[in-house]
Amino acid sequence: MDVARMNLFDLRRVLDAGEISAVELTSLFLDRITQLNPELNAFITVTGEEALHSAKEADTRLASGEGITPLTGIPIAVKDNICTQGVRTTCGSKLLENYLPAYDATVITKLKKAGAVLIGKTNLDEFAMGSSTEDSGYGLTLNPWDRQRVAGGSSGGSAAAVAAGMAPLALGSDTGGSIRQPSAFCGILGLKPTYGRVSRLGLVPYAPSLDQIGSMARRVRDLIILDHYISTYDPLDSTSLPEPPPEIGDFPRKLPGLRIGLPKEYFEEDLKPQIKERVHTVAQVLEKEGCVLVELSLPSLQYAVATYYILAWAEASSSMARYDGVRYGYRATGEQDVLNMMMETRKQGFGAEVKRRILMGTCFLTEGYYEDYYRKAQKIRALIKKDFEMAFTKCDLLLTPTTTVTAFKIGENFTDSLILTPTERCTVAANLTGIPGLSFPCGLIEGLPVGAQLMAPAGQEGILFQVASFCESVGVMPEKEAINGL
Amino acid sequence: MAYEIVIGLEVHVELKTESKLCCGCSTKFNAEVNTLVCPVCLGLPGALPVLNKKAVELSIITGLALNCEIAEHCQFDRKQYFYPDLPKGYQLTQFYHPIGREGWLEVNLAGKNRKIGIPRIHLEEEAGRSYHAGKGIIDAEYSLLDYNRSSIPLLEIVTAPELHSPQEAKKFMECLKTTLEYIDVSDCKMAEGSLRCDANISVRHRGDLQLGKRVEIKNMNSFRALEAALEDEAKRQVSLLQQGTPLQREESRAWVEEKGRTLFMRFKEEPHEYRYFPDPDLLPIEIADHWIQDLRSQLPELPQIKRQRYLREYELPAYDGELLSSSKQMADFFELAVQAYDGEPKKVSNWILGELARLINLEKIEFGQVKVTPGALALLLTLLDQKVINGKIAKMVFEEMFYTGKKPEAIVAEKDLEQVSDPKVIKEIVARTIAAHPLPVRDYLRGKKKALGFLVGQVMAETKGKANPEMVRDLLDEELSFLSRS
Repeated sequence: MDVARMNLFDLRRVLDAGEISAVELTSLFLDRITQLNPELNAFITVTGEEALHSAKEADTRLASGEGITPLTGIPIAVKDNICTQGVRTTCGSKLLENYLPAYDATVITKLKKAGAVLIGKTNLDEFAMGSSTEDSGYGLTLNPWDRQRVAGGSSGGSAAAVAAGMAPLALGSDTGGSIRQPSAFCGILGLKPTYGRVSRLGLVPYAPSLDQIGSMARRVRDLIILDHYISTYDPLDSTSLPEPPPEIGDFPRKLPGLRIGLPKEYFEEDLKPQIKERVHTVAQVLEKEGCVLVELSLPSLQYAVATYYILAWAEASSSMARYDGVRYGYRATGEQDVLNMMMETRKQGFGAEVKRRILMGTCFLTEGYYEDYYRKAQKIRALIKKDFEMAFTKCDLLLTPTTTVTAFKIGENFTDSLILTPTERCTVAANLTGIPGLSFPCGLIEGLPVGAQLMAPAGQEGILFQVASFCESVGVMPEKEAINGL
Repeated sequence: MAYEIVIGLEVHVELKTESKLCCGCSTKFNAEVNTLVCPVCLGLPGALPVLNKKAVELSIITGLALNCEIAEHCQFDRKQYFYPDLPKGYQLTQFYHPIGREGWLEVNLAGKNRKIGIPRIHLEEEAGRSYHAGKGIIDAEYSLLDYNRSSIPLLEIVTAPELHSPQEAKKFMECLKTTLEYIDVSDCKMAEGSLRCDANISVRHRGDLQLGKRVEIKNMNSFRALEAALEDEAKRQVSLLQQGTPLQREESRAWVEEKGRTLFMRFKEEPHEYRYFPDPDLLPIEIADHWIQDLRSQLPELPQIKRQRYLREYELPAYDGELLSSSKQMADFFELAVQAYDGEPKKVSNWILGELARLINLEKIEFGQVKVTPGALALLLTLLDQKVINGKIAKMVFEEMFYTGKKPEAIVAEKDLEQVSDPKVIKEIVARTIAAHPLPVRDYLRGKKKALGFLVGQVMAETKGKANPEMVRDLLDEELSFLSRS
């Protein structure tokens, strides 16, 4: 059975019909990982034994017919910065090479409850700081479309795993575009939910005010289902949204009459012309269906990337403070006192990019710079929020490219991050404003996938699903998938 | 030349909550090391804080009792520094928005009521505790960490530099402790560290506008230590001023109890860079007016008010009023006893501040451990008033009540202590006594009135102290006058 190419609906059907057991299904995916992962390096840890164990439990459930959910027996790959009890969680850092979390992240608890099978922990830029998965302590992840190219990042491992059919579904995390950008580079769907929609408990923080766990899949319906099962109000996360998430298939609007905003700032400057063309094609398809295209402007957007870097790095410098070698993780030996042990641990344990961000973030919070950088960035963040609220009075959702370029060559963008890379330009605003953003494939350029991004007001993932679903149904998404070549 | 001492205090109060500031772990004192911990207070990656509402309430109550303006929002900042007992690498505290500000506490200093300013009170979390193997931190071979205390809620109360002698500082602390005990927000046990105090002290020529360089004194574990340490440090600073070599650099000194001296710890260099910024994990909580009003309505009568009422309502001397109101338990005891007693409140006060206080001191117990009930004291006083027992017996009975908790009438009956007031019986003993002691009788008759006391004592001894002393005196007088006439 060619399970790698099957979508969730088909997998569900064969499982429910007893054509295949969950254990067999999991074994097939594990085989595929064994076959492809040595080269693609999407997984840091493959949890074969645990996966087969939970698959067995899923089979028991399936046999009893009780407590079956759409995810029962379905293998899921999880980004390695999401805590899994007893399964090492490295965050892509050598510093946490042998770190075994004492508890499950809320999303993991939810997935286990639904009967899903955790198949492995995926590669990422160290502590999710990067946009290519080249900055991992466990080697880089290759793009399944073209092995000379990066998978994007920081959720590059999850994107590559889903694109290559090593898992039908994956979880990523998105602080400035880390789900959407690799999804676009690898030709799959990725959702950064509304801030607070998915519990952050157990997500190892990079920048807590921006971080959000989200789903990655190859089909819209698959994405909707995974999103549904991880969305929850979690009283243990003070930033969690108290309202219950909407039901599956709760599409609030009809497409005709839906106002689609095209903010001009997203289509300027360094945007690759062919990407512009692809996204415009999507707009035209929607217009043909009766949507109204609205051209608009988000003037504060030009400050979004700088604002993002200041806030994210400032928070990161604080998030990283706990890795001091005292309680867990790597500890440098041979030092004479505790302060030197801490310094040496951090010096040896962190990679260059993490150090750079800690240093910059520390600077932004230092007296004298705080007002000029951190406070100012907070103000601009409020301004951007306002601009988006304004925009959403004129339209129901925004359509933009996800990235300004397609997957770049390995090493090509491996530059000093002080020179702002363009890859986050289209994605950071959703994090700064807390609104949901969904990236879906909308074509190929020179054999590489292009991503279009939809953004809606906070809490309105439903509209994003609806529009993406329509686009999928009319063939906006390219027929060709990475999986076909593997 | 006259010198002026200027003292400001920084008080840390452990709030009396069942659980810690940001997690459900118990705050129990003296538990087995590292047993009251969880991912949150250990600062494990991905763990998130959830604010303890009770801690916020106790802070607001304290703010109200200290006449503070209460902040509109309860919000937290991260104070960042590296230390092994600080598991997250930052402490949650309220730097930008203290929960209370611009308050004051009225203290009776040298017979005058003065309002000592309290510019801010803020809520923060406690750190863990280090144990160093070896004599001290410097030469320790290794150190062990206990995180049981980590994240216990602490309220920091900062006074204005408005105290002008070690005695005033001690008096302020006593008064503050009384207030905190009244509102029941803390155990206030200095020995267990639930009430701690650092002091800043400087000395200047009287009339100088500028404050002298200040010294911070730490490690004072009792009010007596506070007074002694300030005494020692004031003397040192005055002598430096006299020698014309005033302090040049601010420094921290530690009080060393065994030596009775403060010893140099370190210079306070540039203000420490803590890189405060708002904690993104805990969103600001609104402190609504009705919440404040509700808590205000639950405030008990505070000691200063109580003291004034005692003078007015019970016509107590100022001294009694101050002593009785200095402990809520004692004041409650007093008021209940007064309610149960028909006689003068001053008599109740005399017994509490006299016999009861004497026995408490003698046995070194807390007021809360006293076995005598207010009702029992009232009964004892009534027995005394009704002349069922005399004063001397009453003290004996009270001692018995104190040690056994028995009711006074039971003790009187059991030990047959009832006053002998039968004139016939007393007359007989009087006659016998006069016959047995001719010399004192002769002295008395010759005008040595003092001799009567001896004779009274003899009669009392014969009745084991139970005779009504007034009756004894009267009857003796009667008999002796008869003799003198004859």
